[in-house]
Parts: sequence; structure tokens; C-alpha cells
Amino acid sequence: MTDKLLQISNLDIVLPEGSERDLAVKDLNIDLSPGETLCIVGESGSGKSLTARALMGLLPAPHVRVEKGTISFCGEDLTKASEPRMRQIRGSEISMIFQEPMTALNPVMTIGVQIDEVFRYHADMSKSERRQRAIELLEDVQLPDPKQIVAAYPHELSGGQRQRAMIAMALALEPKILIADEPTTALDVTTQAQILKLISEMQTIHKSGVLFITHDFGVVADIADRVVVMQYGNVVETGTVDKVLNKPEHPYTKALIASVPSLVPRAPRSRSDQVVLSGDKIQKKFGGGKSLFGLGKPNRFVHAVKDVTLDLRRGETLGVVGESGSGKSTLARCIIRLLDSDSGNIMLDDVDIRALNRAEMRPLRTKIQMVFQDPFASLNPRIKVGQIISQGPIIQGQSKEKAESRARELLDIVGLDERAFNRYPHEFSGGQRQRIGIARALALDPEILVADEPVSALDVSIQAQILELLDQIRESMNLSMVFITHDLRVAAQVCDRLAVMRYGEIVETGATGKIFENPQHSYTKDLLAAVPGQKWDRKVAG
Amino acid sequence: MADFWKRFSRNRQAVLGLIILCVVIFVAAIANIIYPGDPFLYSKFPLSAPGENGFLLGSDSIGRDVASGIAHGAKTSLLIGLIATLAAVFIGIIFGAFAGYYGGIVDDILMRVTEVFQTIPSFIFAILLVAIMKPSIESVVIAITVVSWPAVARLVRGEFLGLKNREFVQACHTLGMSDIRIMLAEILPNCLSPIIVIGSLMVATAILIESGLAFLGLGDPNVMSWGFIISDGRSMLRVAWWICTFPGIAILITVLAINLVGEGLNDALNPRLRERN
Amino acid sequence: MNRSSKILRYVSRRLIQGIPIILAIVVLNFFLLNLAEGDAVDVLAGEAGSATPEYMEEMRKKFGLDKPLPVQLAVYLKNVIQLDLGYSFRHDMQVTELIIDRFWPTLILMVSTILLAVGFGILLGLFAAINLNTWKDSVVSVFALITYATPLFWVGLMMIILFSIKNDWFPTSGMENSAMFYEGFERVKDIAHHLVLPTITLSLFYLALYTRMMRASMLEQYGQDYVITARAKGVSERRITFVHVLRNALLPVVTMAGVQVGALIGGSVIVESVFAWPGLGMLAFESLFARDLNLLLGIFLLSSALVVAVNLVVDVVYCFLDPRIEVN
Repeated sequence: MTDKLLQISNLDIVLPEGSERDLAVKDLNIDLSPGETLCIVGESGSGKSLTARALMGLLPAPHVRVEKGTISFCGEDLTKASEPRMRQIRGSEISMIFQEPMTALNPVMTIGVQIDEVFRYHADMSKSERRQRAIELLEDVQLPDPKQIVAAYPHELSGGQRQRAMIAMALALEPKILIADEPTTALDVTTQAQILKLISEMQTIHKSGVLFITHDFGVVADIADRVVVMQYGNVVETGTVDKVLNKPEHPYTKALIASVPSLVPRAPRSRSDQVVLSGDKIQKKFGGGKSLFGLGKPNRFVHAVKDVTLDLRRGETLGVVGESGSGKSTLARCIIRLLDSDSGNIMLDDVDIRALNRAEMRPLRTKIQMVFQDPFASLNPRIKVGQIISQGPIIQGQSKEKAESRARELLDIVGLDERAFNRYPHEFSGGQRQRIGIARALALDPEILVADEPVSALDVSIQAQILELLDQIRESMNLSMVFITHDLRVAAQVCDRLAVMRYGEIVETGATGKIFENPQHSYTKDLLAAVPGQKWDRKVAG
Repeated sequence: MADFWKRFSRNRQAVLGLIILCVVIFVAAIANIIYPGDPFLYSKFPLSAPGENGFLLGSDSIGRDVASGIAHGAKTSLLIGLIATLAAVFIGIIFGAFAGYYGGIVDDILMRVTEVFQTIPSFIFAILLVAIMKPSIESVVIAITVVSWPAVARLVRGEFLGLKNREFVQACHTLGMSDIRIMLAEILPNCLSPIIVIGSLMVATAILIESGLAFLGLGDPNVMSWGFIISDGRSMLRVAWWICTFPGIAILITVLAINLVGEGLNDALNPRLRERN
Repeated sequence: MNRSSKILRYVSRRLIQGIPIILAIVVLNFFLLNLAEGDAVDVLAGEAGSATPEYMEEMRKKFGLDKPLPVQLAVYLKNVIQLDLGYSFRHDMQVTELIIDRFWPTLILMVSTILLAVGFGILLGLFAAINLNTWKDSVVSVFALITYATPLFWVGLMMIILFSIKNDWFPTSGMENSAMFYEGFERVKDIAHHLVLPTITLSLFYLALYTRMMRASMLEQYGQDYVITARAKGVSERRITFVHVLRNALLPVVTMAGVQVGALIGGSVIVESVFAWPGLGMLAFESLFARDLNLLLGIFLLSSALVVAVNLVVDVVYCFLDPRIEVN
């Protein structure tokens, strides 16, 4: 097998004592050929990232280390290679790009210097040659005005640009292997599509083998030649992308794939015409303003929500979709009166809640509640679960006993054991905490639920469970829901109608099915086109 | 709690600090028993070396017992350090909480005030305050409080600023909870750890400031303190090294012990804050 | 991306921001004056009453003490702006003149202390971080821990016992041996000789502070993602430490150095009074004994202004170290 670039055999990676399990990676066998893209897929904690680190000889020593097995790179066993030899290989023969391009770049060094380092350590080139080469590389990754970017600092670039610069750096010496560790997870979907395209173009040019680590099956479908599925440090399935995605054998792979929300929108439900919530010309600006003592502070405004008009009917789910910075979360917070909008009106039944002060708003809080994004930040770590759920009704004047017995019921409704009542939030997993957050919102028997990216911080299998729970609750309690999401797959499965937001404006609204079939606005078209894994979806559907 | 103690006791330096601190507190508590009577009382044996004439740590120029002074001084130092710190923490929490939570004008004013406090040399400010108010226990406590609270206010403000936009606080708003309750019951418990840590370190700083003031002659003239003994023994440096040396060692180990405990608290309390990742 | 003009704008903005701070301190001074027993003129004249009654009457008029408080404040502000801080009868000199006279010795002491404390602090912290968890690290850490807990005046006295009384290596007091009438280089040498003990005494605490900070800052930076990126590029550990990590680790230390200048001036009161170093601190100590509150207030004002100036310098240095400055 000399044509293989990489051959990992029987690799075990140990975790420090007292960890959840002994081995981060157990008996791993994978190989990679030139020009091939191998995707390692798995949920958090599957050991996929540590596998990549092991390859680079960058495991967080001394606690985490390779216990046994070989990593054969062009015939050389990297587990036995000396540190100087590894340094030679890193950056020139095997290079790597990371998830978060902001923290992965040194904030006080220019992009040019950081690219230059690769040449300094691996190539014999003069200073001007190196600079020339850096500019060419930045050109290759399609960055505008490379001469300026060479002299720029990371904070002066956008997220997508930083990731392009990282790729330029990684490809500087045409490495044989490129390891990409979730390189698009932190990026918006349209940027993700561009970066994925760039990686595959670069691969075609350089004939590198790409080891792509991801949790996203859509991405896998778009770029992989072969797939390795990992769970708890074990490889549960390997095979060609066609085989793994379309004819999965292992139950875990099947379950994972079944959890991926389909891009084909769910069948529209019969809808009521009764409007329960409507917003008219909602405006919200941030920044600037009061600067009594702060001399010389620049008055910069961000127009986060511009003239947004929308309505929500009884029993329906309205999706608000958009990329980061589109103002969708701000809109949600204006609707629920966490933020005061600048103008417009927000009608809840017959009351304009925008005009209400806090005391006037308090009794109306029972009608509209919120589910938050981050299951870790949305529960107070110092307060017991039972109290978290029951304190809403108590504030609203219910007796303690009644509120607490309702809280126990709610724990059951959201699928948690009653014993959770006396525990603290940190004793629960992300998915369980999200259930607690839902229970808290339901405790006030609201008519409307505003859900702000409720599943985006969760693994795909947990995500499916939470979405199902929300669906059940919506049906049984006849809730109307405003569902904020950046994920069009989720939106397709959850929402009856969609509002697409960009730069604080709604650019298009309509029934979910209609928008997916026949988007009108060019931005909606871009957004839909950027969703990874579309071909695969069509194949599964057709 | 048991969990906290386990983490704290894993830090051997911190445990050592705690033991030393307990000894100092013990000595301060029994000062009146082991050295009854006025520590200012002089004897007919001036400048006795340590061990001579029954003076464990020697006597000063008019025959006062250095060991007795140190024991009584421990009371003064600990008391002033503790009271000044409690007062500073109390004021700091109130200002910091309001500034961080409400932002706006309170925050603007507070930030300007702390900027001023960061700029003025705080020790000179403390000297000035005591000099104007006339040296006494109260004036020393007030001076130390005045120069110490801005640090707490800044810390608390930062914590509140970071926590008030956390989703769990937003959730409280959507439930209709009042601001005071959110501040006291929801946010404050989440920033107690850093407050405890900075508070413990401030006790150490307060003791250092107090001894410095006493050294400059700004201590309460009716109360024995470590700084006073040293300041008084200065002129005898050539003939009686012990007068200055032992009280200094007392300050050193007390402050060191408190610092060690403070760091131990920091290590033991902080993982909980970082745990969310 | 014109950085130099941005820095210029930033510096001038900070300069303007310094003005209200100074103003606030002047106002604070005014209220402290009012807090003291008797009226301001009693304080101004010194409590021993060494001023003539005629002069005090004149001063009362000058300060408008018969007028309401805001007017008094305005008068006080006007005087301060004209650098008129009153007269010290103890020293028989204008306060402003007196302070400027005593400013230079303090400046010498401060500069040598800052160089020693920051310079060695950074080196020691770096050294400890590189040798993490070895005996070298432990020695540095224990040293820092102990000096961090030691009162300045006690260090000074112990230094005198050890290096002046037991071994006659360094002089116990003063800035120079004026009886010898040294000139030129000889004089510099003499001052340097006198400078050693005060500088070491004043530096020790801050040396410990910067050592601890530098060590912690280095360790924090070692944990950052960009270090892994650099390793993944094959950059040597040496370069990672000295180029990537060091520069980032210096940022908080530099900020701290600026913040600590105020505390350093406070420390100089103690150190100067221990070593009879004829600077502002010594002057403050003397005025304390003479109960010359007005002089003390003047010293307070000037030292605050000094801190504002030093902070400005630190800000400029920071600008060059951290490219992100314009974002904030």
C-alpha cells in the first residue's frame, strides 16, 4: 500500500485519569490517498478532533497521549518521529486549519508575518521572495487586495477572510495532507459554501489528501469521497460517501442520518386566521447616544432592526431566518420586551406592548415566553432546577405549593425525572438543560413561545429530540411560536411560514414550502443555494 | 461545601496560610491573657536583647515589651484590615452593582470616579485623609476604605456587566422579576467568588497600609500597632535591631498567610465559574 | 490604514481625557482643604501660626472666604491654574517652587525603580514560565510571594541593618555626600551609590508584582489557540515563546505598570523617609510632622499630575504593542 499517503493502524489515545472514559480514541484504523477527501464525522466527544491532533503530534501532552498503534505517513511512523522531525513535517507536509479563525491567528502579528513564518521554517527563500509568495497565496485564496491584507492584523478581516488567510497559510508549501478541523462551523452558511468550494479547488490544484473533520452531514455529502463515522472514540462505520450516507449499516450512523432535518419542508398544516401577535414597523438602533462625560466617543449607530412588520397566527410557527448580524435575535428580544424598540408597535392581542412600562408589562408576561439558545448560560448555576421553573408563576402571584407541583408536572412533560427538581443545572447535559429551559417557559402557560436558536448549540441527535419535544408541546398546548434560526434545514422542518432577514430588514416572507420552492429575493436564493448537502437531499427524497 | 474544602485543601500553600492565619488570630485573641495590662507600660529594663530580663523578643528604648506589643498589635492590624475591607466591599458592591446593571449615567460617573482613584496615589491620599481627620482608629479605617472601595466597585461592575446579558438573567426579565431581586438573588450569588477572593487579598493590603500609616506616625496614639513599634524603634536601629525586626516579621507572615489563603480561595472557587465549557 | 495618524488621534484623545481627571483632583483637594479644622487660611498658614495676622487677613480676602463655597472653589481653581499653591512658612518658600525643587530626586528614584521592577519582573516572570514546575520556577515564585507580603519600610530598615550597619557598603541616608563637593562624573557616581538601597527597597514589592503577573500572563497565553496554530506550522518552541507568546503576554503587564505608578509614588513617601532621600516623599513626611497641610495637598496634586503624564506615556507604548487599540 505504498500509494497511501497516510495509514493509521490500531491507534489508541489515552485520556488523563478521572476522565469520562479511559481512551479518547480506541483501535482507530483509517487511511488517506492523494487527492482524496476523507471526512471524519461524529458528535462532540467522539474523539474526532484528538485524532487530528495526534496526526500532527500536537496532543495536549503529557495528559493525553498515543498509547499504541502507528501513524504511517508515506512509510514513516509519526508516533516514533522525533520532535525536530515532526516540526519539519508540520506546516510543510501536513498542515492544519481550525474552527475559530479569530483565536487561531495571533492578534498582534500581521497576516503577512504569520504566513511568512511557514517559509522561514521550511523553505530557503529570500525575504522579498517570501513576501511575493505570500501575496500570491492570498491571491490564490481569492482575497481582495492581497497587498493590503499582507499588512493587516487579524481583527481587521472578516471571519471568512480570516479563514481564507488560514487556508493560504496551510497551503503555502503545498502539503501532502491538509487537516481541516471543523473549518466552517463558526462561519455563516453563505461563507461556508465559499470556503468549502475554495478547499476543494485548492485540493484539485495541489492534489493533497484532505482529512476533514465535521459534525455536519450536509457538508460531508458535498465534499467527502470517503467517510469515517466515530462515536465515543470508536469507528462505527467507514465507507464511500455514497455507501455511508445512502446505505448506512450501523444503527448509530442510521440514527445520526435520520436526525438530520430534511431540506424538504414538512407538509403545511391547516392554519387559523386569528392573529395573536403582530409587529408594525419595528425599529431598533444600537450605540451612540448619551456621551455626557465620555469625551470624544464616536457616535456609531447600528441599525439592528429596520421597519420590520410581521404577524403570527394562532397555532402557527413563524420562522425568522438569517445569518449572524441579520438582527433576528434583536427582533426576538424586541418582541418579548427584553429590549426596548425605538418605534413602531407590537400588538399582543389588542394591546400595544411596546408602549407599556415594566410594571404594566408584568401581567402580560404570562402570555409570551422565551426559550434561549445557550443551554449553559440560560440557567442560573446557583439556583435549583425546581426553583428555576417555579419562580415565574410565584412572581405572577401563584402560591408556592401550586407552582412547585406544576413544576414537577412540567419536568415530566419535558421528559425529565422528577428528581431533577432538587438538583442544580450543572448536573445536567446540554439537551437536558434545554428541556429545563423549555419547562421554565411553559410554567406560565404562555400562548406564544419565542424560541431563539433553541437547538443550535446541540448535537444533531439531541437537536432532533428537542425539536420533537417542541413540536409535541406546540400541538398539545396549541402554542404559537416565533422560531429564530440560522439553519434552513431546521426551519424547513419546524416552521409553517418564514421571514428571511438581512441587515435588519425582512427581505421576504411566505409559506415555508413556497419559499423553498420558489424564492423571490436574490438573498433568499443565495441562502438556499448555500445550504450544504442539497444533492444528497434530492437523492434521498427522489 | 465539602467539595469546596476538598479543592481548597488540595492547595498545600493555602492550607499552610490558613494555619498561620489561625495562629495569628489566636495570638490576637489571647493577647490580654498572655500579656495582661497596657502594652504601652514601660519597665526599668530598656533595650534588653531578646531573652534578657524575661523579654521574649527584647524591649524597646523605654523598656516596653516588644512581644507584648506584637500580640496586642495583631489585634489592631486584623481588626482594621477586616473592618476596612468589609466597608470597602460593601460600598464597592453597591456602586459596582448599580453601575454594571443599569449602565448609563451611574456607570459613567462611577467610571470617572474610579479613573480618578486609579490616578491619584492612594497611599498619599490615605495619608492626607488621616492627617486631616487626626490620627485615630476610625480615621485610619475610613482612609483605607476610601482608597480601597473603587477596586471592588470595578470588579463588581465588570461581573454585573458580563452577567446581566446572560440568558438566565434575560429569562428572569421575561418572567417579570424585579430589578432588585435580579441583582440580589440572581446575579450577585454568581459573582461572590471573585468578591471573596479580592476581599481576602484586600485584608492583606489594608494591613500593609495600616502599618505604613502607623510607621509615618499616623496610627492611633492610644492603640498599639506593629507599624508604631517599628517607627519607634527606628532611631535605635544601630543598638537594638530586634525592635524593628520582629514586628516586621509579624506583618510579613500575617500578610503572606492571608495572600496564600486568598489564592487558595481563588483556585478553589474559580473552577465553578469556568465549568460551563 | 494610516496607523501613525490613528495613534496621534488616540494620544490627543487621551490627553484631553486627562484634563477632567486633573480637574477632579483639584476639586477634591479643595474639599479636603475645607474638611480640615479651621478655615482654609488656618491650614494654609500652617497650624503653628507662624504666619502674621496681616498675611492671614490678606489671604482670607484673596481666597474669598467670606463668599459662598462655589465662589471659593472658583478662586481656588484660578489659583491652581496659575500654579499658585500658596506659601509654606515652614520652608519660607512658595509651595510650587518648593515642590519643583524636590521633584528631581523623586524622579531619579522613580525612574530607576520602574526600570528595575518592570525589567527584572518581566525577566523573572518569563524565566519562571519557561521553567514551569521546576525548582527554578518554585524559587522565583516563593521569592515573589514573600516580597509581595513585606512592608516597604521594614525592608528599608533591614537593608540598613544589613548593608550599612553590619557591613558598611552603602550610605544609610541622603542623596549625596554634600560635604565632599563632588562634581561631574564623581557626583553621578556618588548619587548612584546613595541610590542603590532606596531603589532596591522600593522595587522589591513591584518586582514581585510584575513577576507574578508576567508568569500568569505567559501561562495564559500559552493556552491560546494561536499557539497551536504556530506549532502546526512547524514554528520552533523558541520562537513561539519569544515572538508569539511574549508580545501578547506583555500587554497586561504594561497596562499594570501604568496603573501602579500612583502606588509607587505612595511607596516613595515611605522609602524616602526611611533613607532621608530629599524628594517629594520626604517633603511630604516633613510636612506631616510640621502639620503643613497645604504643602501636603500641593504634593498630592503634583504627584497625581505626574501619574496622568506617565499613564499617557504608557498608553502610547501600548499603542505600539497592540494593533487592536483603535477598535476599543
